Amino acid sequence: MPIDILMPQLSPTMTEGRLARWTKAEGDKISAGDVIAEVETDKATMEVEASDDGILHKIIGEIGADLLVGSPIAVLRGKDESVAADYTPTSKAKKAEAAPAAAAPAAESVAPVAAPPAPVAAAPMAAAVLPKINTTGATAAPAAASHSTGGRTKASPLARRLAEQQNVDISTVIGTGPNGRVVAQDVLTGGRTAGAGRPITRMADSVIKLTPMRKTIASRLTASKQTVPHFYLSAEVNMNALMSVRTQLNAHLESQKIKVSVNDFILKASALALKDFPAANAAWNVDSVVQFGNVDISVAVSIDGGLITPVVANADQKSLVSISAEVKQLASDARAGKLKPEQYEGGSFSLSNLGMYGVDDFSAIINPPQAAILACGAATERAVVTDGGIDVASVMKMTLSVDHRVIDGALGAELLGRIKHYLETPVVLVM
Amino acid sequence: MSKSFDVVVIGAGPGGYVAAIRAAQLGLKTAVIERDALGGVCLNWGCIPTKALLKAAEVQRTIKHAAEFGILAESKGFDFSKVIARSRDVSAKLSKGVEFLMKKNKIEVIKGTAKFTSDKTLDVSGETVTFGSAIVATGARAKQIKGVLEADGKFIWTAKEAMVPAELPKTLLVIGAGAIGVEFASFYNALGTQVTIVEAQDRVCPAEDEEISGMLKKELEKDGITIELKAKVEGLKAGKNGAEATINGQARSFDRAILAIGVTGNVENLGLEELKIFPEKGAIKVDNMYRTSVPNIYAIGDVIGAPWLAHVASHEGVICAESIAHKAGKLAHAPHPMRYDNIPGCTYCTPQVGSTGLTERACKAAGREVKIGRYPYTANGKALALGEPNGMVKTIFDAKTGELLGAHIIGTEATEMISTFVLGRSMEAVEADFIHACLPHPTLSEMIAESVLASEGRALNG
Repeated sequence: MPIDILMPQLSPTMTEGRLARWTKAEGDKISAGDVIAEVETDKATMEVEASDDGILHKIIGEIGADLLVGSPIAVLRGKDESVAADYTPTSKAKKAEAAPAAAAPAAESVAPVAAPPAPVAAAPMAAAVLPKINTTGATAAPAAASHSTGGRTKASPLARRLAEQQNVDISTVIGTGPNGRVVAQDVLTGGRTAGAGRPITRMADSVIKLTPMRKTIASRLTASKQTVPHFYLSAEVNMNALMSVRTQLNAHLESQKIKVSVNDFILKASALALKDFPAANAAWNVDSVVQFGNVDISVAVSIDGGLITPVVANADQKSLVSISAEVKQLASDARAGKLKPEQYEGGSFSLSNLGMYGVDDFSAIINPPQAAILACGAATERAVVTDGGIDVASVMKMTLSVDHRVIDGALGAELLGRIKHYLETPVVLVM
Repeated sequence: MSKSFDVVVIGAGPGGYVAAIRAAQLGLKTAVIERDALGGVCLNWGCIPTKALLKAAEVQRTIKHAAEFGILAESKGFDFSKVIARSRDVSAKLSKGVEFLMKKNKIEVIKGTAKFTSDKTLDVSGETVTFGSAIVATGARAKQIKGVLEADGKFIWTAKEAMVPAELPKTLLVIGAGAIGVEFASFYNALGTQVTIVEAQDRVCPAEDEEISGMLKKELEKDGITIELKAKVEGLKAGKNGAEATINGQARSFDRAILAIGVTGNVENLGLEELKIFPEKGAIKVDNMYRTSVPNIYAIGDVIGAPWLAHVASHEGVICAESIAHKAGKLAHAPHPMRYDNIPGCTYCTPQVGSTGLTERACKAAGREVKIGRYPYTANGKALALGEPNGMVKTIFDAKTGELLGAHIIGTEATEMISTFVLGRSMEAVEADFIHACLPHPTLSEMIAESVLASEGRALNG
């Protein structure tokens, strides 16, 4: 009798595994304890051992397939046993939400078929995971009015009948009658009228497949926000001097068609400040802190479908004009999808600027493994108090997000203060 | 020092006084301005006094038929002045009632004629009244056509004069077979006047269901009323002893004539034009919360046009007051706008007519596939016991959805019975809801359920 090899539960939280590699091929002789496959779990890549002797008759699970715990991945047969051509292994996979919460022993690896079906553990995490969004629009529609209370929908008999005839779920219809009661008109106008009969069109949600870039953004930034102990430092910068220097500089460079942006100044200021505080030009490295030998600034560039952070290497040593030219080139290459990995990998510090979108200030998520990111808002004219009087000044707010494992408050504050100092002393940046 | 109010209502008819009460209930300092008696036309010169007159006609009619019930009685005639006096008494009593309601709700009643002097002030017979919001509820009066159909108050009447005649005319011409015309025709006919109704359209009560109109015409004619349809009154003049009319080219004489060709809004001399409010065809234009083109000036009731009905005016008054209160932060929710497709129409002639919703013809014009139920009074026990076997309850349902599209009743107490259908339509009841309700026996109302069953082809007693 053939033995079904099922996806084992290799950790208490494992609900499914991805087949990473088969170490045995069909027809191979197997002894109990042999490693037959490698499975990627939610935690790590682990080996699957056979618990019986025999011949690996058939491999069912394809490499890369995500299979529920308990679903068949292979069939083992006895040495001289013949297996019917139409033999189908029995799946013991259970949907995580349907499974009892009791944890099965992790040691129950390749379960022999004779064993009573081991209850598959529901991942304790499962309950904490947000449910997937229902994207059909109609069923996900919020019951805006209070007509649905305790499962009962306040609706007129005619509205109910119309909904039934038109296959509309009455509980999704927004009622405009007395006390939010669903009336016939609400069903007839697609169930979504508001105010005095003005129709509102509700559309189904669209499901957009994740691009590799979106996946990377999601995983990296989720990991950063969840594992990096962020803290935030904000400061306002008087940009009057910088603006004036920039105007003069750009006027001077106009004939060469060079235009230096405010962001170029900030990049240079950050680079110089990091050079001044090398302890802040660093990264957490599990059991150590890496202090970078170079000041390489990653610049967040918005591109179609996401963002990327090309790096201006050794920015502290580059002139403002060359930084400006390099950033322009990197940004255009990024938008054209022409960046090479070495142009966006690495970096010791990041800069994100949403000032051109009119954002006053914001806090950015640290770009791991870096330890800090500077978020800049728009420079706008504001009333500032100078020497007891009120002046008009161009003011920019910036917020430094810092990894507390690497940089403590005082160091972060010194770094931010130095950046501010350079921005308010822009002549240094032009040197 | 001028008086100042949150809300000032111009006109104390069924629209105005109800709006004032609702505004006061919601905590707004309210005044109502009235140049005549509280209660307006409805209470003083319309709905109520005519019902009192019609009751007199009904008593007369009952005595006439007393023998059928085994009662040996005979009418010795009537004291016409007492009939009229009783009608006036009823009106006076109700007008007093409105006065009490104004006091109870701390509404200041200002006697006089109002005219806007700005969008914040009114002149009331020389006194300045300041308002936050104003509601124009000045009502309407009988329509006349200059040089063709004009009342002289002596031989040619409007409804107002027809209500307080010094003596009973021998012959009467009623121009217009709408609700007002038919009711006066019924009243005078019952007291012995030779009544002729002329109507330009091809049926009586042209707004009602065609089938009902046809039945009504027959009943009125059976009672002795002469009805001339598609008749045009080309000229009407007061002669020496009566009214001289030219109908379809023929000269004819009547003791009296009543103009019942409709009403027109009282929009004049209010100073509206100065505020850039321009009434069209005797009606002020408003939105569904009764706002005019001036944001804090509202208008309700007959002065905003058809349907010229007291119950509509009252309803509009409530919504209007609530809308003002909502704006002032005194009411959490904005009121629901009024549904104009479910307004009952009632005519108190003999037999009565009550209806709501669409007529059969309108349903068909709208392309609705319908199921129609008809249930005759002759099959109803209570109707027979009352000696009122003439009539019908007609219900029209959408064949597909079961929506009650219209209900039309002709016969005794039709105007009371129609309310059930109004409520049903208001709640969007379908045929099953009427069928599932257990209605009391013996009542005329049983015909409601039977008519609905008949629309399904399953009337139990018919």
